[in-house]
Amino acid sequence: MRLNRRSFLQLTALAGGGLALDLYRSPLTAAQGPGKPPDLTPQAFIHIANDGAVTIMARASESGQGMRNMLPMLIAEELDVDWKDVRVQQAELNEKIYGPQFSGGSANTPTGWEPMRRVGAAGRQLLITSGAQTWGVPESECTTQHGCVLHAASGRSAGYGELASKAAALPAPVLSTVKLKDPKDYRIIGHSQPGVDTHAIVTGKPIFGIDVELPGMLHAAIEKAPVFAGKVKSANIDQIKALPGVRYVLVIDGGIAPAAYTPWEPGMEPGIAIVADNWWQAQQAREQLVVDWDLGPAAAQSSEGFKKRAEDLLQAQPANTLRKYGDVDAALKSSAKVVDATYQYPFIAHVTLEPQGATAHWKDGKLEMWSTSTLPVDGRGLVAKTLGIHESDITTHMMRSGGSFGRRLQNDYLVEVAWIAKRIDAPVKLLWSREDDIAHDPFRPGGTVGLKGGLDTQGKLTAWRHHFVTFGDDKHSTSGGGIGQDTYPAGFVPAYALYTSLQPLMLRTGALRAPGDNAYCWVSQSFLDEMAHAAGRDPLEFQLELLSNKQAPWSSGEHDAVGDHEPTGQSVLIADRFKGVLELVAEKSGWAHRPKVPGRGMGIAAWFCHLGYFAEVADVSVDEGNQVTVHQIWAAGDVGSQIINPAAAENIAFGGIIEGMSHLGQEITLADGRIQQSNFHNHPLIRMRQAPKIEVSWRKTDYAPTGLGEPTLPPTLPAVTNAIFAATGKRIRTLPLKRSGFSWA
Amino acid sequence: MPIQLTVNGVATSVDAPPDMPLLWVLRDILNLKGAKYGCGVGRCGACTVLLDGQAVRSCMTEVGSVGDEKIITIEGLSPDGLHPVQVAWEALDVPQCGYCQSGQIMSAASLLQRTPNPTDADIDAALSGNLCRCGTYTRIRQAIHETADAASRPK
Repeated sequence: MRLNRRSFLQLTALAGGGLALDLYRSPLTAAQGPGKPPDLTPQAFIHIANDGAVTIMARASESGQGMRNMLPMLIAEELDVDWKDVRVQQAELNEKIYGPQFSGGSANTPTGWEPMRRVGAAGRQLLITSGAQTWGVPESECTTQHGCVLHAASGRSAGYGELASKAAALPAPVLSTVKLKDPKDYRIIGHSQPGVDTHAIVTGKPIFGIDVELPGMLHAAIEKAPVFAGKVKSANIDQIKALPGVRYVLVIDGGIAPAAYTPWEPGMEPGIAIVADNWWQAQQAREQLVVDWDLGPAAAQSSEGFKKRAEDLLQAQPANTLRKYGDVDAALKSSAKVVDATYQYPFIAHVTLEPQGATAHWKDGKLEMWSTSTLPVDGRGLVAKTLGIHESDITTHMMRSGGSFGRRLQNDYLVEVAWIAKRIDAPVKLLWSREDDIAHDPFRPGGTVGLKGGLDTQGKLTAWRHHFVTFGDDKHSTSGGGIGQDTYPAGFVPAYALYTSLQPLMLRTGALRAPGDNAYCWVSQSFLDEMAHAAGRDPLEFQLELLSNKQAPWSSGEHDAVGDHEPTGQSVLIADRFKGVLELVAEKSGWAHRPKVPGRGMGIAAWFCHLGYFAEVADVSVDEGNQVTVHQIWAAGDVGSQIINPAAAENIAFGGIIEGMSHLGQEITLADGRIQQSNFHNHPLIRMRQAPKIEVSWRKTDYAPTGLGEPTLPPTLPAVTNAIFAATGKRIRTLPLKRSGFSWA
Repeated sequence: MPIQLTVNGVATSVDAPPDMPLLWVLRDILNLKGAKYGCGVGRCGACTVLLDGQAVRSCMTEVGSVGDEKIITIEGLSPDGLHPVQVAWEALDVPQCGYCQSGQIMSAASLLQRTPNPTDADIDAALSGNLCRCGTYTRIRQAIHETADAASRPK
């Protein structure tokens, strides 16, 4: 199966940890996107002024993952310049010359690692050619150092600036032929380089999407129905138009027909756009709006209804069999001990701290957009389609955004601002309020999982029956609600079955950091912990034994055959890497000698996703009021041979762990189709006082480097809930924590 | 009627309704974009500015209530971007997305003004109103301690 980028994003969990993603297949060609790949040239990415100043284009969007550092660092290393002499510039959207410009799926490292280094090396090659031609000496006698070409035999040298004009006019070498450095010679890769925007951030410079300011710019807010896709029947529009500062009031008919399956980017949601001189005025006018809504069928949805339907489906014969081997029912029947459990987790929202928004200007038949999208090429396509204009008439500036976590892979707000801009005579900035942002998020879908596990008389895991009740119609699971047939522990348990059943959902859903895995890891690693305790065994030792079983073939058929550990394609779970991070985190946390006292405990969990392996141990205490304090989390990660920007990598790992803790406390619920949460008081994030000490260790392995955005997160949830079990003997099978009787201290 | 304000040491006059939040006066009228909108109800701290040295949530502060209290925003925290807190933030490369950081820095500057050598508990108390969605709390805490340590080192 070959998937394009769009379907990848819808089906991120298709192959579980493995991700059936064409992007990961062959880094050099895949990085150049689907269809006929563009030829990446050093000239597109590298600009060297006559005075030697080096500008490197950052092709990917930046929302905090450090892509404006990581990708240019790869180029600078092979170009052989000093990082202090490099200025990084955000590229505008132009995949024809830059290749893919999206940030998602932790894909920028695996897909950028080789092509970006080759772009840099090709640039270096052009400068050598330029020097050799200037001096009339063989290229093979020239070397480079700190932004200079040297010819040792004649003692000549020239700065890159002196050679740049000539080099830029030379034909670019074929990227696959250029020579790359030996990693031992790296001076930039593997050395922490501070964020290129850090100074601008700490001095409050206007660098975010929300900060865009244009002459004559107006400000927009949109009132939408309290129920998904509800339409406007009538409203007091004339009255609103007369309010202070209000310039335009526009009714958006929208383009969504609510159905059992809501696709990725389902279309514009209906609503009323108010455009005013400033955003506060638009919001003030919104408060005076009186709208008669046609709420439509989604008004009948509720969390209670979802729960009841899920429980019914769990009792019934599963609708789909995703993976089955061994005779799981017979194996359970003959097991010495069977554990039966139901796990439930809720919908949650992304809550990027910068709410959704963007700026657009329609002028003389052309559209200029200032986008915060992490998938801007799709945004441009959607805008063109919705507005009925050509993509070639759209210019997209890629602004830094205040967080994405998967949210900005969807471009709904970009389409909205473009739609407004086409109807008015001024540039316009759209901003969603926090309440809008929560109510209209493409949520991480909730799920219910029925599990049965079997143990033999020696306490070995013999069977695992996994029935996942998710959302969708007969053919599709909702975005972010699909599960891969190879999802761990598939392949390691002697008899295994993975079933799904689906119920309808009329709601936007999407990818939230480590989509699918952020929930499936919690379910599977919690249940594995239950099985270990049922067997009276140490959870670490129990899991290491499981990982030592002969591995069944990876059923989604992607990449390496199991056991063929070529350090290239890696999307198959490699047991040694999974075990390696477990053993490392156990060593770092002192797992073997952990104190066992009432009210305090340690929990361990691990996961493989987005090509990375992470294991984590949490140390928690729980007081008499069931209030939980997480004292420390140890994390061990294996993302291959090289940590490109170590300080940033550690920071991202801290972030994934803190976010995992936040997930434990969050839920989105519905009543009469209405989202019941509205702001940070009822959809909380971890705060400073709750943040534990975190220690991150790396296990370097002989595999090409892969990304860190996602794989750090999933193990945090079960590490903490397994620790709560160790401290209290109470198993948490329902999230958020408060639904199991616990809260943060 | 115009409202008189002192922003970053400069007396200025804005034509705004008195109930307009200071945050939106700063951002949309005075074009100072450093203070950020995150929640509008004082629960995230992204809009934090100093009023006579006290950290306040500018999204909940009506501009008409400011009077002659001096407003300092991130843009005016130091003339050169070299306030000790900013220096520590850069040295530790605290930000990820960076959106909350001006609010974090303003809260940290206010804390260190009152409490030059804060304990972890002091930091918890002073900074727990500032959310970081990216989860940079470890580095924020470290940066505050390092600012305090640098100030107490002999020059």
